[in-house]
Parts: sequence; C-alpha cells; structure tokens
Amino acid sequence: MVTVVHQNLETTDAKMSARDVSVFYGDKKAIDEVSIDIPTKYVTAFIGPSGCGKSTFLRTLNRMNDTIPSARVEGVITLDGDDIYRSKMDVVQLRARVGMVFQKPNPFPKSIYDNVAYGPKIHGLAQGKEELDAVVQKSLKRAGLWEEVKDRLQDSGTALSGGQQQRLCIARAIAVDPEVILMDEPCSALDPIATAKIEELIAELNGRYAIVIVTHSMQQAARVSQRTAFFHLGKMVEYGRTSDIFTNPLEKRTQDYITGRYG
Amino acid sequence: MTDRVAPTRTPEFEARLAKRYSAERRFRAIGLGAILFSIAVLLVLLGNMTINGIGGFQRVELEVPIDLSQSGIAADSATMAQTDAVQTLQAQGLADVVDYFATEALGEEAASELGAQAWRDVAADIIADPSILRTEAVYSLPASAKLASGYSGEGSAEMQALAQRLSDEGVLVKNFDPAFLSRADATNPQQVGIWGALKGSILTMIVTLALAFPIGVLAALYLEEYAPKNRWTDIIEVSINNLAAVPSIIFGLLGLAVFLTLFPNLRSAPLIGGMTLALMTMPVIVISGRNAIKAVPPSIRDGALAVGASPVQVVFHHVLPLALPGILTGTIIGMARALGETAPLLMIGMRAFVATPPDGFTSPATVLPVQIFLWSDEIDRGFVERTSAAIIVLLLFLLVMNGLAIYLRNKFEKKW
Repeated sequence: MVTVVHQNLETTDAKMSARDVSVFYGDKKAIDEVSIDIPTKYVTAFIGPSGCGKSTFLRTLNRMNDTIPSARVEGVITLDGDDIYRSKMDVVQLRARVGMVFQKPNPFPKSIYDNVAYGPKIHGLAQGKEELDAVVQKSLKRAGLWEEVKDRLQDSGTALSGGQQQRLCIARAIAVDPEVILMDEPCSALDPIATAKIEELIAELNGRYAIVIVTHSMQQAARVSQRTAFFHLGKMVEYGRTSDIFTNPLEKRTQDYITGRYG
Repeated sequence: MTDRVAPTRTPEFEARLAKRYSAERRFRAIGLGAILFSIAVLLVLLGNMTINGIGGFQRVELEVPIDLSQSGIAADSATMAQTDAVQTLQAQGLADVVDYFATEALGEEAASELGAQAWRDVAADIIADPSILRTEAVYSLPASAKLASGYSGEGSAEMQALAQRLSDEGVLVKNFDPAFLSRADATNPQQVGIWGALKGSILTMIVTLALAFPIGVLAALYLEEYAPKNRWTDIIEVSINNLAAVPSIIFGLLGLAVFLTLFPNLRSAPLIGGMTLALMTMPVIVISGRNAIKAVPPSIRDGALAVGASPVQVVFHHVLPLALPGILTGTIIGMARALGETAPLLMIGMRAFVATPPDGFTSPATVLPVQIFLWSDEIDRGFVERTSAAIIVLLLFLLVMNGLAIYLRNKFEKKW
C-alpha cells in the first residue's frame, strides 16, 4: 500500500521533510515508512483514529522520542535540508528551533513571567532585564494572554485556568522564536470556549511559524489547517490540501474516517 | 407500571448503608484512639524526662564566703589573659586559700566535703574579672559527690546527717548549674557537663550531612535521570535498599576496618564518626530522593526539554527543586537516625572518656547518645539525674535539627 499524495501540492518550500520514516518501540513498529513535506507557511494537521501513530510521528520531528529508551527511528527527517537524526545534530538547538506544545497543559510550577522567560534565559536570547521583559510581553501578546495576566505576572502559572495554561505554554514555546511549532492535541483537555481561543491563536500564528497540529477533531483540522495528513495503523494514508481531503478524498479509508464510519 | 421498588430503596439496602456508616465510624474511632494513645505515651515520656532531668541541670553547692583581698594572691589582667592563668593561680596557693575559708566558715568536717576541684570555679571567676581579688564575696562551690548524694537522701548515714545540718544552716543548697551546658565529661557527677558531647554531636552531624546529602542526592539523580535501566542498575538498587536495612553496628565495624586503618591517628574523632554515620545515612537519602524524583511529573521534563533545555538544566532547574521537599524529608529521617546512633560509634572509639570539648573535627570527642550510654552505666547515683538531663539536651537538639529541616522544606514548598 502506497501513500496517496495529492498532486496539486507545491513542494518547493518544505520546511521539514520526512523520507521513509519508521519508528519502533522495542520490536513493535509504530510508524511505517512515512514520507511527508511540512510546508513553511501553512498549518499542517495530522488526523486519524487513536493509536494510529500521529503523535508518535509528531514527536520524531523534534526528537522528543529520544526520552523513551525503547524508541528507535529509521529513515531521514530534515529541517531546512539538515538531517536532524545525524550524530552531530545538537538536540538542544533543534528543540529551540522546533518548539512543542503538549496535549495536557504543562506550565512549570513557577510564575507566569518565569514560565515565558525560561527559554530565552537558558538560550541567552535576551540581554538584560528590559529586553527579557519585552520578550515576555511580546510572547504573551502573541499568545493572546497578555491582557488577562499583565497585572499578575508573578502569580504561579499553575493557578491559571486550563485554557490560559495552554496559551501560556504556547507563549513559552514562541518566546524562543522557533521556526516550527508542533502541537500535540493542544485542545483535547479544554472546553469549547478555550478551544476556540486556541484555534484563533493558531490562525494568527499561521504564516509566522510552520505549525504542525495533531488533532482528534476533524472539524478542528478543517478549521485551522491548510494541509491535512490522514494516519491509520502507523501508516500515512493520504496527504493533501485540507479542502481536498475533506471534500474529495482519494482513498476509501480516508473517506470512511472523515464521514464518521470509524475512529 | 408495576410497583417495583428500585434496588437502592429497599430495606436491605438501607441496612447495608447503616452498616457501612457504622464501619466508617468504627474506623475513625480506632484511628483517633491510636493518635490519643501515641500522644499519651509521648506526654508520659516527656514528663518523666523533664521531672528527672530538671535535677540534672542543678547541682548541690556549698556557700563559702571568701575574702580574696586577704589571700595574698596577686594577679593583673595581663597575666590572667594568658593560657596558663589557672596554673599561675594554683602556684600561688588558691586551692589552700579556698580550703582555709571553707574551714573557717563551715568547719573541718564540711570543708573536707568541698569538691576537690572547687577552687577551679573560683579561678575561673578571677580569670574572668581579676578585680574581684580585692573584694570579699560568697561563692557557690560544688559539694563532693558523697555530700551531694547525702543531700538527696542517699549514701551513708553520717553524710545524710551532715547534709541535713548544712542544709538547715542554709549553706548547702541546690542551685541551677548553667555551667552544665559548657563543661565536658568528668569522673565526678558534680563536675560533669554536656557541652563536650553536644559539640561532638554537632561536629559529627556536620560531617555526616556534608558527605551524605550531596552524595545521596547526586546518586539518586543519576540513578533516576541518567542511568540506563539494566541489570547493573537493578543490582545497585537492590544493594542500596539492603544497605538501608543493615544493622548500624555493621557500619561501625566497617568504619573500624576501613577508616581507622586508613587514618589510625583519628580514633574517636568526629570526622571518622561522621564518615561512618554518613555511610548509614546515605542509602536513606538515596531511596527517599529517588522516590521524590520519580514523583516529579514527566510533563514538566517534557515541557523543559521542548523549549531546548539540556538534560542538566532540566534536572537542576525543574526536577531537583520540585523533588527537594521530598528529599529533605528523607534527610530528616536519616539524620535523626544518625544523631541517635550509638552502636557504630562505640566501634570507632567514640566511647572514650574525653574530659575536654573537642577543638575540631579531628580531636577526640564523644557524642550525646554515647555520653548518655556511658553515664547510665556509672555507679555514682549523681549520674542518674545527669543522664536524664543529657537526654533532654539530645531531644532538644533533635527538635532544633528537625525544626530547621521542616522550615526549609516548607519554604521550598511555598516557593513552588
């Protein structure tokens, strides 16, 4: 079975490319020979039923799978043409360039300010207090959280509501000015209003960063993304423009999934 | 519809419900009883200690009026500032002067029951302020051990009678003895003090903490965060768990065999004692540290890694601060155990009779629990109260140490 890739995609501006990527957990093959180009300017959505490997694949893009001892990656993934799995790749720098937002909001148990300032601080991206303040303010504004927290920056980040925490995590990710932001079901733990805010935020960040979002919700994928990849049983079944995938899928399994027959 | 009764509204269900509630009440009553019993035992223990121990902070003293201006002893502040000042005063016959005035005031019989070292108390006063050599004053000087036990209604009949007579005259009294906290061990219960053992304990604990805490925490961090999970780390884990359960005297034998072979000149030194106790404390810190580190949610690590923190930064910026309260709890338990430990220290010679407080980490010393053990073994009845007093000092030390650790723990918990 070969992945169906829609032919009308421009492939010249790929920010990240995967070629024949397989991921193993011990002996179990979780991802089977996935090849995909992530465009610079668009939001790319990974959809698929639970356990299809979309989150696993997402985590290979900034090598977060390295923290799982039994995980092993084969194939080639490039960022701007550099193989990120080559032995000399600096993982710290890679993760500064490819940020990540997780399924469950995970702010550090520190103040709101320190949460956002942490990345710039450890990378030395801001000289002096004023510059750091400016970075924190800019990141919180971009994450749409500034108005809500500007008077209590020293309060604990964990005291915020779930939706605010998730936006704080997005602010934390964009504070180091990454090139790609990976989002692993960022709204699955949030209520519809908080979800709407995050989706607005994604729309605003679109164009500034390459964004890859894993989602369970097909409506969400349809709303926020311009590219959609459908995963099933560790394989990428179909990849194309979001409008094409949802209105005119070429594969029967994609059709079945988006019309709600399984998943 | 039929008149079917819902299963949660039947009388049987209500009976079961009542049973469930009474089980709950029973459980609460038992728990409360256990707490009350523990508090009662603690109160009895502390009350008993306090009542017995109060006497240990006092000492039976004879009131002796001494006119130093008539003694012919001359000394100025310059000579008294020198280290051999006591010898200077001794050479000028201070002991005889004290004996003379005691005989004058109390009679031959009572004066002979003045403690043999009583003149040293006068000497200490003179050294502190040489101007008293021109004045007459009443000095409270320690009675002999025999007279002291006579005062307590023990010992020979003559002594009891003498003590009774002197007490009636108002010259034999039991005074609060602040110097108990600044003297060291002695053969005479009237002359003993706890400072030697207390200082030995403090120095030993400093060595133990300085060794066991960093090594224990770093070992726990390495095992949890860095070490691959394989057969070797399993073996290390089992070994550490076993070490925590090894009887303490075995650690004493280890200290004797290893440390005292390497440093034979440091017998009885707090340095060796602290090293031995650190061996015993470290596994406790490692185990509690590993549990505390395990309890830090992985999402925090992921979050830090995802903004590009290096593994060391993840550990020191996030994992360690979050695990610190738990690590400190384990440290309190380990240090409290080390403070109360006697057996391993007997093995490395810290049960020696040490009559001067230790000067530093390498001078001979003893520690509080060993001092208590030694005093409880003494034949002289005067040591009974002193032993209780030493126990109170030990418990207070423990309280201060734990209080400090709990304060630190709460401070870190608040911060996060």
